[in-house]
Amino acid sequence: MTAYLKLDHIDKIFTRGAASTEVLKDINLTIEKGEYVSIIGHSGCGKSTLLNIIAGLTNATTGGVLLENREVNSPGPDRAVVFQNHSLLPWLTVYENVRLGVDKVFAKTKKRAERDAWVMHNLNLVQMAHAKDKRPSEISGGMKQRVGIARALAMEPKVLLLDEPFGALDALTRAHLQDSVMALHQKLGNTILMITHDVDEAVLLSDRIVMMTNGPSARIGEVLEVPLARPRKRLELATNTTYLKCRQRVLEFLYERHRFVEAA
Amino acid sequence: MNMPATKIEVETAKPASAAAPVVAMTPKRPPRSETYARMARETAVRVIPPLVVIALLLLVWELVCRRAGSALPPPSKVFKDTKELILDPFFDHGGIDKGLFWHLSASLQRVAFGYSLSAIAGIALGVLVGQSVWAMRGLDPLFQVLRTIPPLAWLPLSLAAFRDGQPSAIFVIFITSIWPIIINTAVGVRNIPQDYRNVAAVVQLNPLEFFAKIMIPAAAPYIFTGLRIGIGLSWLAIVAAEMLIGGVGIGFFIWDAWNSSHISEIILALFYVGIIGFVLDRLIAGAGKIVTRGTALN
Repeated sequence: MTAYLKLDHIDKIFTRGAASTEVLKDINLTIEKGEYVSIIGHSGCGKSTLLNIIAGLTNATTGGVLLENREVNSPGPDRAVVFQNHSLLPWLTVYENVRLGVDKVFAKTKKRAERDAWVMHNLNLVQMAHAKDKRPSEISGGMKQRVGIARALAMEPKVLLLDEPFGALDALTRAHLQDSVMALHQKLGNTILMITHDVDEAVLLSDRIVMMTNGPSARIGEVLEVPLARPRKRLELATNTTYLKCRQRVLEFLYERHRFVEAA
Repeated sequence: MNMPATKIEVETAKPASAAAPVVAMTPKRPPRSETYARMARETAVRVIPPLVVIALLLLVWELVCRRAGSALPPPSKVFKDTKELILDPFFDHGGIDKGLFWHLSASLQRVAFGYSLSAIAGIALGVLVGQSVWAMRGLDPLFQVLRTIPPLAWLPLSLAAFRDGQPSAIFVIFITSIWPIIINTAVGVRNIPQDYRNVAAVVQLNPLEFFAKIMIPAAAPYIFTGLRIGIGLSWLAIVAAEMLIGGVGIGFFIWDAWNSSHISEIILALFYVGIIGFVLDRLIAGAGKIVTRGTALN
């Protein structure tokens, strides 16, 4: 297996004063190029911390992240993030939000007109070109997330990191966006790492599902392959036995073996 | 059991939806006179109440001060005494014997100068204090003490330092208006959402780009709050400072009128000071509204 993205013995300990909490313990994972991997776990298990470490927004206490065999420990456009709450800059239009990243990443390699075309190309990919002059406050939550995806895609990342990208959306919009992301993955062949807490979403979208145990000291409990052929159709999968088995497996992991212990 | 029923619904729904656009296309725009009438009504609602209150206050003032031997002149007398000043604000007989326009413009120039300096320095220091924890720990206590010093208390010190009225007045404006600008800018910078910082980090903006593209727009609502408080304070301070430094300026005009017992002129000057203070405040508020469009609502 060729490791494209490699998480190598990652530990994360948060220290505040004298108290220290171990959030992540010995996380090892290799991801192939073009693979779609989901990380699932109960809230508070440190999956967002893990994504932040991969993105370079926080540093691992020990261990490291290797992308194409090179260590990465600071944020960069090669690991573009789609944030849970879209994080569009409200004073910029949809177009300008995408352009911000494009101008930085392709400052030397693309001419002005090419950058403009590239921004529009990416807005077209997520079907948001019609709203290019709108401000984030003027478009719906689903549309904002589409723009967030366009912004990340436009940086041509080696790995696309999705931090619970559909968490804040209603069920119908979520399904719609999941289909869009699936289609984009099919078309562009990106390597995608997604954080989620939605079992159906994980099974539908991923090639592999990484299940995390509960924190503190969360580990990777189990990794499940999802051997479903692509392109996948939501409606057909509803009765597919492989799909149901995978789903069952994840549910068992989350609700039987690593049930969420509520803080007293 | 359910399936056939759904099917029928779908079939009947189709012709209805096809017919819908035809029905919807009946333009109904209210006639123009109606829009004008509504605009007039809205204006009246806002203009009439303050006018009524002003008229009533003038009436009370007139009644109270009309008696002989009253210390303050009634509005009718104020108007009669200051008619020349009102009608000809541009005369210039040399020295400080000038029309009110010249006094006000001299004061405004001082404010413009001192306030511009304090806006630049205030935003710069505010950014520093907001960005760096150590700058905040070091400077914030100092700011908290200095900002409580009344504007005029600075005047003797600045006269001693500058040995001239003009720069001293400007310094007083500067030192009065800078604190709210620093403090609000610092709060604004400290409150930039982590999300925006993350976006900047992923895109790899350099510090200068971060300042221009993220920090200033994100903190703009706070910065403008500070600027607005600052302009109010500078206008407060200039009148007091000018009374002491003399020369051309609305503050000294008031002091001069008091020394020559022209009470009506003082009242007229106060009226102008109030109006200009109000306009300055609106100007900054308006500029803020234009600059921060979109930022406030997320």
